[in-house]
Amino acid sequence: MKFYRSHILISVDDVSLQAGVKEIIAVLKQELAKNALDDEINVLETGTLGHFGTGISMVVYPEQVTYINLNKDDIPEIIREHFLKGRPVRRLMMDPSFIRRYDFNYKNRVVLKNSGIINPEDIEEYIGTGGYESWEKALLEMKPEQIVEEVKKSGLQGRGGAGFPTGLKWSFTAPLEADQKFVVINADEGEPGTFKDRLIMEGDPHLLLEGLMIACYAVGATKAYIYIRGEYKLCIQRLQKAIDQAHEYGLLGKNIFESGFDLDIRLMIGAGAYICGEETALIESMEGNRGNPRYKPPFPGVEGAWKKPTVVNNVETVSNVPAIIKNGAKWYRKLGTANCPGTKVFTILGDVTQPGLCEVDMGTSLRTIIEQYGGGMKEGKRFKAALVGGAAGVLLPDSMLDVNMDFANLKEYAAVLGSGAILVMNEDADMVDMLYSILRFFQHESCGKCTPCSKGTQQLLTLINKVRAGEGSKEDLDTMILLANAMFQTSFCALGQSPIMPVKSAIEHFRSDFEKRIN
Amino acid sequence: MDSKAKIWLDGKEYQVSKDMTILEAAREIGINIPTLCYHKDLTPTGNCGVCVVEVEKSPTPKRACVTPIWDGMKIKTNSKQLRSLRKTLVELILSNHDVACPTCDQNEKCELQAMAYLMGIEETSFPSILRDLPLDESSHSIKRDPKKCISCGRCLTVCSEVQTVNALAQNGRGFSEVITTAFDRGMGDSICVNCGQCTVYCPTGALREVGAKDAVWDALLDDDKYVVVQEAPAVRAMLAEEFDMDISKVTVGKMYAALRKLGFDRVFDTNFTADLTIMEEGTELIERVKSGGTLPLITSCSPGWIKFMETYYPDLADHVSTCKSPQQMFGALVKTYFAEKENIDSAKIVSVSIMPCTAKKYEAKRPEMQDSGYRDVDYVLTTREFVKMIKEAGIDFKNLPDEKADDLMGQYTGAGTIFGATGGVMEAAVRSAFFLLTGENLPNLDLEAVRGMQGIKEATLKIPTKELGELEVNVAVAHGLGNARMLMEKVKSGEKNYHFIEIMACPGGCVGGGGQPYGSDMAGRARRGEALYNEDRDMPLRQSHENPGVQLIYKDYLQSPGSKKAHKLLHTYYFKRSLFNGDAEEEVTHKH
Repeated sequence: MKFYRSHILISVDDVSLQAGVKEIIAVLKQELAKNALDDEINVLETGTLGHFGTGISMVVYPEQVTYINLNKDDIPEIIREHFLKGRPVRRLMMDPSFIRRYDFNYKNRVVLKNSGIINPEDIEEYIGTGGYESWEKALLEMKPEQIVEEVKKSGLQGRGGAGFPTGLKWSFTAPLEADQKFVVINADEGEPGTFKDRLIMEGDPHLLLEGLMIACYAVGATKAYIYIRGEYKLCIQRLQKAIDQAHEYGLLGKNIFESGFDLDIRLMIGAGAYICGEETALIESMEGNRGNPRYKPPFPGVEGAWKKPTVVNNVETVSNVPAIIKNGAKWYRKLGTANCPGTKVFTILGDVTQPGLCEVDMGTSLRTIIEQYGGGMKEGKRFKAALVGGAAGVLLPDSMLDVNMDFANLKEYAAVLGSGAILVMNEDADMVDMLYSILRFFQHESCGKCTPCSKGTQQLLTLINKVRAGEGSKEDLDTMILLANAMFQTSFCALGQSPIMPVKSAIEHFRSDFEKRIN
Repeated sequence: MDSKAKIWLDGKEYQVSKDMTILEAAREIGINIPTLCYHKDLTPTGNCGVCVVEVEKSPTPKRACVTPIWDGMKIKTNSKQLRSLRKTLVELILSNHDVACPTCDQNEKCELQAMAYLMGIEETSFPSILRDLPLDESSHSIKRDPKKCISCGRCLTVCSEVQTVNALAQNGRGFSEVITTAFDRGMGDSICVNCGQCTVYCPTGALREVGAKDAVWDALLDDDKYVVVQEAPAVRAMLAEEFDMDISKVTVGKMYAALRKLGFDRVFDTNFTADLTIMEEGTELIERVKSGGTLPLITSCSPGWIKFMETYYPDLADHVSTCKSPQQMFGALVKTYFAEKENIDSAKIVSVSIMPCTAKKYEAKRPEMQDSGYRDVDYVLTTREFVKMIKEAGIDFKNLPDEKADDLMGQYTGAGTIFGATGGVMEAAVRSAFFLLTGENLPNLDLEAVRGMQGIKEATLKIPTKELGELEVNVAVAHGLGNARMLMEKVKSGEKNYHFIEIMACPGGCVGGGGQPYGSDMAGRARRGEALYNEDRDMPLRQSHENPGVQLIYKDYLQSPGSKKAHKLLHTYYFKRSLFNGDAEEEVTHKH
């Protein structure tokens, strides 16, 4: 193995690709060669480094200097100053104190432990971190029911939003006799502000595959699909590459490890409808139909894709599975809280100093997430609200900053963890406009199948527009809550049941914003 | 295994069959849970949400129409919360509905109107969000008013699941969603076969026929026109429903009387050409059997089926009888045979038909349907329009004295009348074919095997012919285009050798046609069929070849079944149609 004195990890993700990262890499390699450094300094393409709004960024190890907002004219300077003279270029560096403060919490990560460290397009690097050991262990040393039991014991809950116990879900499908079962990964990440699954797939696609393989073996599925949103071009590319590599290495295909188990994984590309993130609509879409939800029961676990038992799991959920199999349920339960074990990936956006992602223990407080991982409020402004869980989430006021972020706890506050998106707003934000934006989203994304949702979302939009125009009344606010509640009670699927969350929390917690706008 | 489940409905315990939904169980018990999108003939969709009920331990109410019951289930069908939720849902629908009740075709029949009234909705809490969507008048048969559509989805279900035509689809999303044709091109520019089942199941006035009532009134009130009318067999089987009479009997005498009162100059009967169809089609069948022609022979009376065949099975066109439908045979004869006999200027004749059908409107407008030298049929009225005309004219239908049809083209046999029910054409054909092949009457004229509402009916008949020895004839009957599709797949695969197949586009046959009253269900269709069989049973003549009018027309005018003249006036040819928009692409059979 070759020894390098330094490693440059450069983040190649959807954002940096658009910013021209490939060109920068070319320039970087060219400059290194020109200075005869290419034998000493290694350039590695990785998934996201975890901070956003920072253009093209890279980390230099071992000194762990992070450069941000790079353009190609900066490269010669970095080569000259940093690599030849040993003087990091301060003006291009990210604030080291911010990085030191939490070091992106790498030591406690589960699903993002490799992201930003390994080359996601190289299976060897994944294997080098212990990858696919769990798959081998599961397939050769464990019975399917043991795996289901272990996942049950781990207390792992679905990370797509609803928090349903994963082991329990598997245990419905595992014992069923069927000529074909499926596991489908829901990678149609559509909740506004949410991109945690993208980060996992971009940064560590093999981790998802390994979790999926174990899930398939556990429930007896020999075919799996990853239903992925079409906009995730890089994920699609990397996952396909990962699948091909897994086939080459005999990790997928017929008679894997001579265990007699066959497995094939395919990608399915979504066309951009929010509703297709709803598992039954997703299945309809997979079958080639319009993505309208189906009634449950029958639940997909019993009668899903092409009427076969189908487990639908979120990307983040399944990505937890390899670690659970490797280290055991007991280990997993040490993470997070008693009711909600494990970690959670949050994406922090809005008026914070450093928008980005973090993977932290379940139950970490909102305040910690914003202040430590988001770098606190931007420009010293006052915190006003956080929209937690995407459009289908709740607007939390400052009185709830110390709430612990996990499924069970948030439920007690009539809030939801949802997908883990946290949109932070400062004192300048107006909750009427915010609610308008959310309601417009629902109106646009409603599938049109059922009355309460298709007509209700339009009425909510009409009412909020009335308020925005200064023509609203107290009664209109009451009507909005009543209507959203009726939609919650009678909508066919979760989409129409969701608006009550933002409507109620906005009007109740931020009433003064509304009162300013009504007669 | 125990097939019963114990449930508690509004506090009372009941034993019901395990495989029911909450709604079915409640209806069996006698509690009618309100709903707008549910129809018992169709797969429930759960779209409207009005049928919500409270189920113990369920955090939110459940849709009764799609939720299966379970043993020990505790259900509440009425509560303050449920009443309020249902009201909100109906108000939401009304806020997006063109509430134009007095001018709507479904006035007093509309399910939304009835629901709003029953719930006591006086004013809605929501402002109108109705969009200005254009009326779709592109079709000859069906008019679509998206402003009245409540997106219940019944039309979609019947079009895709029952008829397997798939002309209608959801376009757009959410509030922008409209139920329309592919690319919203209009019904007339689509693969719609005009069967009109969507109009029958539509709970509001969003789907209806393209009306011809005003044009017919104009003709009737024009002294210069000679207006001749024919009525399909199925029409007489449903009038009793509309005028509060005994529904087990046809109302043929009063139907004729009403038509005369409306001012028709000559009242004939489509049943006459139904008998004539048997002579032509029976002859065609016997020819094909004798000469080793293309078999099975498939009937051609149903214009919805014909367009369906032209769209989905043009490769089977050779199998389809070249006979025109009874309506078009009648049309071609009225402006030739009748005009010559009575010495009336064909140009002055207005030929009107009253049909249980919307596809007949399209059929009458097919470019090739002018073998008389004129448009063979000028106006087609649905039974719904006919009933409205009777009511509009203030005719006391129930108390009309019975009258008879006019001679020449008004006589019919029991065989002609059962054309209106599924299996009827087959039964009529078998009666006459048996006679034509053996010279004797079929020992039992009632061919029970092809009666009834089963989707596909099959029978094997043994006919001891003089020329060919004992013939074993396999026959099959399908009604509803989904069943027709299944049968055509069997024909294509050759898994069974059929000789003769009857297809009717509408479930139940013509009695279940798309022009019949709104809200018909399968049970009602079967009942209408019974009324026709009752009429047939009591008729003195029950075989088409016995019809003296038919015998006369061959003697005086057409010479013999399948003659050159008969071919000119009574037979037709077919096209292959585009799967995109139903346009005729090429002729696949040719006129002799």
